[in-house]
Amino acid sequence: MEHLIEITDVSFGYEDISVIENISLDIFERDFLLLIGPNGGGKTTLLKLILGIIKPWSGSIRILRDVAGRLGYVPQFASFNRNFPISAMEMVLTGCISPQNYLKRYTKDDMEKAEVILEKVNLHDKRHENVKDLSGGQIQKVLIARALVSEPVVLLLDEPTASIDITSKTSLLDFLNELNEKMTIVVVTHDPTPFALTYRHIACLNKNLYFHERGELDAHILENVYGCPVELLGHGIPHTLLKKH
Amino acid sequence: MTYLNYSGSRFRGSRFMENILSYEFMQNAILTGIMASVICGFIGPFIVTKRMVFISGGLSHTAFGGLGIAYWLGVKPLYGATAFVLLAAGIIGNLEEKISDLFIGILWAVGVAVGIIFIHMTPGYTPDLMTFLFGNILMASRTDVIITLILLFLVTLPIFIFYKGFVSVALDEEYARARQLPVKALNIGLIILIALSIVTLIQVVGIILVIALLTIPVAIAGEMSMNFKRIMLLSIVFGIVICLSGLFLSYFLELPSGASIILIGGMLLILVKGAKKLSSH
Repeated sequence: MEHLIEITDVSFGYEDISVIENISLDIFERDFLLLIGPNGGGKTTLLKLILGIIKPWSGSIRILRDVAGRLGYVPQFASFNRNFPISAMEMVLTGCISPQNYLKRYTKDDMEKAEVILEKVNLHDKRHENVKDLSGGQIQKVLIARALVSEPVVLLLDEPTASIDITSKTSLLDFLNELNEKMTIVVVTHDPTPFALTYRHIACLNKNLYFHERGELDAHILENVYGCPVELLGHGIPHTLLKKH
Repeated sequence: MTYLNYSGSRFRGSRFMENILSYEFMQNAILTGIMASVICGFIGPFIVTKRMVFISGGLSHTAFGGLGIAYWLGVKPLYGATAFVLLAAGIIGNLEEKISDLFIGILWAVGVAVGIIFIHMTPGYTPDLMTFLFGNILMASRTDVIITLILLFLVTLPIFIFYKGFVSVALDEEYARARQLPVKALNIGLIILIALSIVTLIQVVGIILVIALLTIPVAIAGEMSMNFKRIMLLSIVFGIVICLSGLFLSYFLELPSGASIILIGGMLLILVKGAKKLSSH
């Protein structure tokens, strides 16, 4: 499979505290990559590095030319300003914005795309409602729709299953699987269990990064990353192993 | 305030409005009030949704330093205020978010202190401090009207042009960065627009009351709509209603104009909130 994103020896930190050290990671075409690790382990930071929101201290992040600018980003649920009044439709439309077009009005094409995406996530009838009046699952869908409207090649999601209920979680997982047929998916999560059936690669991040093919992960590695025994993914079916403390 | 004591003009009757509107100071006040309201309607919703009220307060108080120095130098106080506010805006816009709160507080107080010292040092007639602090729209001259008109364009045109960018950043700054928008430039731009608005509003309601004019119309509009553009439009309408009714109230009752404008605004907000509460039961 072709590489879309190549991360080589990247280090980064905030002020002088290093958050990630010498990380190398390749993300493939139509990969389904889980990025797991404890809170503060640098997962979100790595996503921001990939997205170019922050620049690495050292090392390089190479993004294949035709993928650059086609990264769809679904930030953490609580990250946007709830204080800002905006409808679901307008929020999705902000996903069309780029440095090339942000001085112009939205085009008819943008509008149509936004409507199609909202239809796809079953929120078309809610498109004129204010985002903050929607349920957690619906807001998560709006955030995903916003990322999808720019027709990304890679979709990066930060904790997509946090703060949504079980039903929404199931439909979200199905939706991600469907999307994975066309695009690469990178999911940052502290709870990898729901993705056990679908992931292709898994990367454990706690300052350093441990990369694994599907099924290769064992309890030892996870213990190294988390510093204590944790729930573990198995082969194909999600069986949970929990060693005694 | 002696210019308010027109003894012969206070009769009631059909010619009353015609009468007071024929005064040039009244025309200037009305024009300035309307233009200030338009500016508030454009910039206020951004200040409120981006929680920049404290920054705005800091900027407007910094202006006092500029007013004082300009007065001491013998130039038009508005120019001094503009220079100081723009300088402060430039500094705040370039600060890291973590320390900006602290720094704004310091600018706030230091600005006022500089103003007090320089006004104190100005020889001869000491200007009425109250006019700077609480504004006096009835003193607006034709020049002030023209300056306000220029400021009106300087503030509203960039908001028309960069509307999508400002909205993206106000809604989700991280996401705007991920979309490669010039977030830092947009943020600095917005602070500069706020600075220009504040300069305009200082003439109308004075340094201390600027905050109220930037927030009250938006708060009233926010009770009626959840659509950002409509909130902008309604803020303009309510700003005009508040400014003009405050103006006439101050004329009738010989009250300070800035405070009258703000009090009318506060009362209107309470009325609207109350009416909304009642109608929802």
